[in-house]
Amino acid sequence: MTTASLPSATPAAVAAVGADMFATAVADQAVPVERVDWTPPMDGTADDLATVAADPLRRDANALAVSRMLDVQAMLVGVAPASELLGLEKGQFLHAGPPIEWARASGPLRGALMGAAAFEGLVEDPEDAEALFASGAEVSLEPCHHRSAVGPMAGVVSPSMWMFVLEDPATGRRTYCSLNEGLGKVLRYGAYGPEVLERLRWMRDVLGPLLGEAVSAAGPVDATAILGQMLQMGDEAHNRNRAGTLMLLRDIAPSLVRTSRSTEEIAEAFAFMGGNDHFFLNVAMPACKLALDAARDVPGSTMVVAMARNGTDFGIQVSGTGDQWFTGPAQLADGLFLGDYGPDDANPDIGDSAITETAGIGGFAMAAAPAIVRFVGGTVPDALATSRRMREITISENNRWPIPVLDFAGAATGIDVSSVCRTGILPQINTGMAGKVAGVGQVGAGLVTPPASIFPAALAELARRTRDRA
Amino acid sequence: MTVEHVEIRPGAYADSVALLQVSRDVAATPGVAAAQVAMATELNVEVLQGMGFTLPAASTNDMVVALRLDDESALSAALAAVDAALAAARKGSSGGEVTAPPRTTGSALRRAGGDLALVSVPGASALVEAMDALDAGVDVMIFSDNVPVEQELAMKRIARDRGLLVMGPDCGTAVVGGVGLGFANTVSPGSVGIVAASGTGCQQILALLDAAGVGVAAALGVGGRDLSAAIGGISTTTALDRLDADPTVEQVVVVSKPPAAEVAAAVEKYAAGLTTPVRFALLGAGQPDLTTQVEALLGDLGVAVPSWPTWGTPAVRSASGGTALRGLFVGGTLCDEAMLLAAETLGPIRSNIPLSPDLALDSSLLESGHLMIDFGDDGLTRGRAHPMIDPTLRLEHLAKVAADPETAVVLMDVVLGHGAEDDPAAGLAPAIAAARAIRDVPVVVACVGTSADPQGLARQAEALAAAGAEVHLSNAAATRRAIALVNGVAR
Repeated sequence: MTTASLPSATPAAVAAVGADMFATAVADQAVPVERVDWTPPMDGTADDLATVAADPLRRDANALAVSRMLDVQAMLVGVAPASELLGLEKGQFLHAGPPIEWARASGPLRGALMGAAAFEGLVEDPEDAEALFASGAEVSLEPCHHRSAVGPMAGVVSPSMWMFVLEDPATGRRTYCSLNEGLGKVLRYGAYGPEVLERLRWMRDVLGPLLGEAVSAAGPVDATAILGQMLQMGDEAHNRNRAGTLMLLRDIAPSLVRTSRSTEEIAEAFAFMGGNDHFFLNVAMPACKLALDAARDVPGSTMVVAMARNGTDFGIQVSGTGDQWFTGPAQLADGLFLGDYGPDDANPDIGDSAITETAGIGGFAMAAAPAIVRFVGGTVPDALATSRRMREITISENNRWPIPVLDFAGAATGIDVSSVCRTGILPQINTGMAGKVAGVGQVGAGLVTPPASIFPAALAELARRTRDRA
Repeated sequence: MTVEHVEIRPGAYADSVALLQVSRDVAATPGVAAAQVAMATELNVEVLQGMGFTLPAASTNDMVVALRLDDESALSAALAAVDAALAAARKGSSGGEVTAPPRTTGSALRRAGGDLALVSVPGASALVEAMDALDAGVDVMIFSDNVPVEQELAMKRIARDRGLLVMGPDCGTAVVGGVGLGFANTVSPGSVGIVAASGTGCQQILALLDAAGVGVAAALGVGGRDLSAAIGGISTTTALDRLDADPTVEQVVVVSKPPAAEVAAAVEKYAAGLTTPVRFALLGAGQPDLTTQVEALLGDLGVAVPSWPTWGTPAVRSASGGTALRGLFVGGTLCDEAMLLAAETLGPIRSNIPLSPDLALDSSLLESGHLMIDFGDDGLTRGRAHPMIDPTLRLEHLAKVAADPETAVVLMDVVLGHGAEDDPAAGLAPAIAAARAIRDVPVVVACVGTSADPQGLARQAEALAAAGAEVHLSNAAATRRAIALVNGVAR
């Protein structure tokens, strides 16, 4: 028993929520009071919130889910084709976000699938792939997340694409992500022109094998540690990956140079990776997924383990509700546009890259990368405020990912469905914007949130399971 | 006819995000049809060409300013806009950085630490906030009304399993380490520990002990339902353990509204096993009133019982008669105690918190016969503050009751201390004077407080007495005087 629990001992400090008069009365007696800025929860959630809050499993379940996540060490251990790694066969395609069928697929997802079909030789001209996907014969679509993978933007993966392999040495669990193509007209933004396919072929024939050889020779690269360093260097690992890309290059450069490839090919690979500030994103994403997958399937846990968008739907998965997706309409990002493009040209939010925010970086770590806030015309104080605000909806913090300007507070970690419903604060996501018409490519970048409705939906399922257990 | 202006600024640099913002600002300038300010990277050159601009040779370290203008005259304004936007992008705007307050109890405890949480949100949300405290390993006091009983049970069970204490709900009184929480009186430190399943019952005991010169180590309010069959005395048991373990506590008293008999028996049995002696002041038919219990407690402590203070001129019956006792209370336990006493001599008393269901008062609160109303009951506080904070409803009702020819005596309580109105007599004294001006009806008041309370016991009591009320510190004494006046017995 601590002295604080002796009733005759004066409280050292008090937290007060609700009517201010009670807080004031205590403060008047010279006891420090931290006042809560309370607002009513999201509509219709009060009963489910109470049910879940009183769930005897919840507290320890959330602590377990978070500790499992934080224990993961994500090591880059290999680069190999999806056909080998995932057993992906001709005609099988992975995509970003929750499950979706061709009929509901957005422009950029369609464009990326059409380009991938041509890349795999299923059709000669990408335009011919529309009929193929519409018929559904000999092709199948499946979320990356269902195959331990993640993909930025459209996230389309086909068998011949090479993928990063991330592994947690303690458990041997693995996650995967394709190689980043760069910016502009690229498959993941729904472009499928000849230059897009040409680049994909080069990545298949030169970059992939070269990286495979180099990573094998270099030995595992500690992606979790690089992510921690990136936050010290102005990256938030979603829309800024400059430092991360350079650190990855630094780690594998000696092995790259020693590969059996020609000097010309090695130089091309260096130029490509060095010229693509987002190259590391496709390592950051599977590193985040590897950590979050460790938090899955803890009964009673209200922690979000995936946020993902397919360009039509925004979906979340929650530790305590298994593989169930809770989906709502993907939102339009608020941001800045390239060239003549404007809001009318943008597709709703798309990509698995919100796995970074789910893990506490990206939009959650905006304070580490204040430049990102200008995507919406914001200010540096906005970035600080956003990173602080995210701490209101997370369970813990990640001490391996400290944010210098927040006095090295760890990244806000473990989004709590209950806290989102209580506060109405939605996770903040930094994102690229794809053109809504297939084939266009990137039109801008900005900030976006999930549709609010998916959190009460997930909460209702958590409450249902709690009642069933009682 | 539109004009194009393309210029290369060698060596100028801003990051791409800043330049997107600059481009947007410039494009919004009147006379500008399109604008792109960008570093001349391969991608940006492609974008600019896609917009129809023709570019001279440039390196990736050059900045390109590309403008399409409605006509030549717009150029100087557009270039000024470019410079202004670039300057703004470099400077940024560092407003005063303010840390937003926490949005949940859990967040507040993570930020500032603390060993207690006070929860007074609407009842439907009380459990959720309270669980934050229990998850953080911290005791919680709940002032919220209308907390569902099954939720109260759920959180008290969890608290018990974790060795924590849930105070409340619906009993907004505690004194912890000399600090009053919620509705609490200022008392001297001492050796008495109080466990209270009754807020105003606790305050009555604090007031009487203070008048007797006895200090209090701690008072733990455990919620008005804690000794009900549904809750089973969970917090009472924990509070007894806490007080028993506290070396400064030499004597414990448990005060409650009428409890469930089997729960009271179980708790009394539990208390018998503790080191510290425990006296039970449980209201009920045939049980001693609170003042009598305090007198017994003083006997336990070897302290002489004082004569309980009164103020004002003894009231006399009104010339206009009347037969009924009308009690208007803000304290539920004080109302209970008055009903229990009055029923012994006056017979059935109708109430919104009746002693038995057949005595329930309808929502008009204006029936014939003896009536006692608890304005602090949940049914009368929906959508408004507790009458200890907002006296409006009771003051309105006082005028109606005084005007009723059936009213023989008006009995009221006034509860002082932290949380209560700053100056209750300021509203009540004129209302009493006005009521007495109508029919000269006698008004007896129990004024529950201590000399150190913020409102000042003597100042309040004297103001009420000056308005014509007969004022007592003891609610039981006030009630007995009111009964006597109804029965026409002289003092």
